[in-house]
Amino acid sequence: MRNLAAILIFTVVLLPLPLLVKSDFWITWLTLALFYAYLGQAWNLLGGYGGQFSFGHALFFGTGAYCTAVLQIHLGLNAWAGFALAAVAAGAVGAGTGWLVFRYGLRGSYFALVTLAFAEVFRILANTFAFTGAGVGLLVPLQPGIEQMQFASKAGFFWLLLVLVMLALLFTWRLENSRFGARLMAVRENEDAARALGVDPFSTKLTAIVASGAIAGSAGAIYVQLFLYIDPNIAFGPGMSVEALLVPIIGGLGTIFGPVLGAFALHAIAEIGRMTFGEAPGLNLVLYGLLLVAMVLFLPNGLFGLGKVSFGRNILRRLFKRGAHA
Amino acid sequence: MLEVRNLRKRFGGLVATNDVSFVVAAGSISSLIGPNGAGKTTIFAQISGFHQPDGGEITFAGQSLIGLAPERICLLGVTRTFQIVQPFAGLNVRENIAVGAHLHRAGRREALAHAETVAQRVGLASQLDKPAAALTIAGRKRLELAKALATDPKLILLDEVMAGLNPSEIDEIIPVIRGIRDGGVTILLIEHVMRAVMNLSDHAWVLNNGSLIASGTPAQIAADPQVIEAYLGHGAAARMAAQQQEAHHA
Repeated sequence: MRNLAAILIFTVVLLPLPLLVKSDFWITWLTLALFYAYLGQAWNLLGGYGGQFSFGHALFFGTGAYCTAVLQIHLGLNAWAGFALAAVAAGAVGAGTGWLVFRYGLRGSYFALVTLAFAEVFRILANTFAFTGAGVGLLVPLQPGIEQMQFASKAGFFWLLLVLVMLALLFTWRLENSRFGARLMAVRENEDAARALGVDPFSTKLTAIVASGAIAGSAGAIYVQLFLYIDPNIAFGPGMSVEALLVPIIGGLGTIFGPVLGAFALHAIAEIGRMTFGEAPGLNLVLYGLLLVAMVLFLPNGLFGLGKVSFGRNILRRLFKRGAHA
Repeated sequence: MLEVRNLRKRFGGLVATNDVSFVVAAGSISSLIGPNGAGKTTIFAQISGFHQPDGGEITFAGQSLIGLAPERICLLGVTRTFQIVQPFAGLNVRENIAVGAHLHRAGRREALAHAETVAQRVGLASQLDKPAAALTIAGRKRLELAKALATDPKLILLDEVMAGLNPSEIDEIIPVIRGIRDGGVTILLIEHVMRAVMNLSDHAWVLNNGSLIASGTPAQIAADPQVIEAYLGHGAAARMAAQQQEAHHA
């Protein structure tokens, strides 16, 4: 109940911000922070609650992005329909990869490597085919209007993303209080012990990767409407995968608000980085790397863990340990 | 209730289970004992589906368990605990037990309520909100028992739930186990604590080097020369008998 109240307060506090903040820069900043929070929420479902650390969530993000862009450009499909289909397509890709890796029992670093490899394969494919625009990428035509998910004012996307983030928060809250959530966390903690209690780890992890993929895919569809452009490196490159995992790790793995907290913190840091180093390309990734190392060493439960340090455990360290001798 | 027939399992050159057969009667407490490395846990792993036997048959209530995954076997009503305790370290005690309770209960509230009931039965009621990682070894053994019990099993396989406990903790857990049986759950134990085996079991089997070497009531087992040899080495039974005779004559 406390979490439900917090979700409500979060939404109500952020809702009027576009009316109060007049600067376009800050509205864009907030919109992007919400976007990464949403992407992080997708990752958190599988990585935070399921303990399956994906290093290639760009696979789902990119599938969603290309799905909506291709359908819109080549078939003239409506953007909202594209958004729904993007989620379905990315969920299907999740089912395919999940079926393969979980069937063969790949865990820890092996799972991370396979997801990374799949994202790379998709990046190369997107670079090759003409209908994906190959290396040039795809430009989505500008058709302002809410019916094409393009908004006249900057506030439109902010509100759309706020609603999506709120829905994802509610979804995560439900997950924490459900049988499926209990099983997913049991599988994260100890697969054999979970099996002895009648939990099927395969179907549990498969469901999680489908849901996580679908949400990440819908984030891809939003990205396309926001920037009206997608290319193989943005869609399937490691940049997006790193953002997706860094956000919940910084905020707090397997917590409802972790990704939201992480996204705002990360983007505040990234912004400071940009102001300090100028626009030197790639430097923010160096900063992200340092940040990840620092978080794993000093704050394995994320910023959220600061509030409840007494909860003496850390998923991260155990996972990296397990990965080392998996 | 549980019938094991001609069970065989080898790991490379090691014969872990050599033609083992036994029957566990419904409503009983039975024990599987034997020296370290005798193959007791391997038999548990085969019954519960974690290892596939190389040959033989395992039936539970008339149904074969061969080839079924652990989660399927659990659904049929056979649950195991682990010798090396396997708590869900990041969850608290209540949530740990609820994972088991969810097997037959879809609702979160129901499962949590059942977890509390089970915790009371094994004496964990005061620790429900503790993280599982913060429990003592005795607490973890009880948690292991509680998680398995929460799945409403018909047969529960307890793998050394008393190892590592001090004598007073053992005295506390013995009535708990008897209480579980009185609640209608059949129990098969692997145990090294002889006091508990003697005290609890209706029947016991002794395993050595993968083969059953004795079967009977605990009292019969304790007097069996083959069993004494298995534990104390070759010729031990004869030496003990000789010593006893000497003591008798003196």
